[in-house]
Amino acid sequence: MANPVEQFQIEPLVPLHVGGVNISFTNSALLMVISISLTMAFLTLSVRSRALVPGRWQSMAEVFYEFVANMVRDNVGSEGRKFFPFIFTLFMFLLFGDLLGLVPYSFTYTSHIIVNFGLALTVFVGVTIIGFMRHGTHYLRMFFPHGAPILTAPILIPIELISYMSRPFSLSIRLFANMTVGHIMLKVIGGFVIALGVLGILPFAFLSAITVLEFGIAILQAYVFTILCCIYLNDAIHMH
Amino acid sequence: MPQFDPTFFAPQLFWLLVTFVVLYILMSTLAMPKIGGVLEDRQRKIDDNLDKAAKLKAEAEAAIAVYEQALADSRAQAQKILRDSADALARQSEARQKDLGDRLAAQIKAGEARIAAAKDQALAHVRDVAVDVAKSAAGKLTGVSLDDTKIAGAVAAAMQEGR
Repeated sequence: MANPVEQFQIEPLVPLHVGGVNISFTNSALLMVISISLTMAFLTLSVRSRALVPGRWQSMAEVFYEFVANMVRDNVGSEGRKFFPFIFTLFMFLLFGDLLGLVPYSFTYTSHIIVNFGLALTVFVGVTIIGFMRHGTHYLRMFFPHGAPILTAPILIPIELISYMSRPFSLSIRLFANMTVGHIMLKVIGGFVIALGVLGILPFAFLSAITVLEFGIAILQAYVFTILCCIYLNDAIHMH
Repeated sequence: MPQFDPTFFAPQLFWLLVTFVVLYILMSTLAMPKIGGVLEDRQRKIDDNLDKAAKLKAEAEAAIAVYEQALADSRAQAQKILRDSADALARQSEARQKDLGDRLAAQIKAGEARIAAAKDQALAHVRDVAVDVAKSAAGKLTGVSLDDTKIAGAVAAAMQEGR
């Protein structure tokens, strides 16, 4: 049986080194390129006819668009409008990364913590900059809520600070863990199907069910990542 | 786990940056205006149709109001005509009745006058007859021819007494 973590192995397809930095085009990069190509193809080709009554594809594209638009409006409010393109891009990038990873023999870039951490850190830094630009030093009130007794400051401030600082980690680890564990589970159970021969029908049935579950998790985790970014953005814009 | 191998952190971050920025630019300039435009068009069309429906409804209501006004007008007119003709008929019959009453009263009066004249005439005849009877009776009884004027006076006196 193949090693279940082998599927996460990065393979450099086109080795590239610029100024001593390794920027090789890997299987991960290939999937990212495929993902954004499919995203663009899906979102532009589906609305090509600009039908008043949408067809199947157009209606799917509209559903995604309105779903994210509503998410931004409900969680950030009208001021979130200018961040809608970013949030929508983030959602589609994660969603397609998660879903393409479920295609056999492909690769899941969202199962790599460094990718998730790169996105989460971008959001974290961006949100913090927006917070300070909007509220100046008043943004530091984030770490000491209004109405709390001053005596609790020595406890509250470190707690709030740690919870704020841990945002990019919790964001990236949540997605990484979900994707990694799901794919390892699929691989291990897939190994049982082969190993058990005829009796492999049992793990195969289980595998089918797990695959459906994984599709749900793929969508759900993309949603969770995106909505948490919306909530952080809302915190920075309106404070709490 | 390959995920914790730092060898491939740099290339992954680089290609993440490249693909994400490309996707962001394509999304915000190409895909999202397209979808947003379609949704806006639809919303505008729906709003237009709703406006049109509201306008048509208002027009229909105006037409109904006009129709009802016309109905009320003609009903009022019909009632007026009815009342007018009833009045005219009443007046006419009243006039005719009065006319008839007058004519009848005149005829009655004329009849009464005729009766009175006939009565006077009859009375005058009675006197003449009485004078004749008295004259012939006196002639037969007494064989004396009395003077007419005397007899007439006596008859008149007797009739005066008998009355």
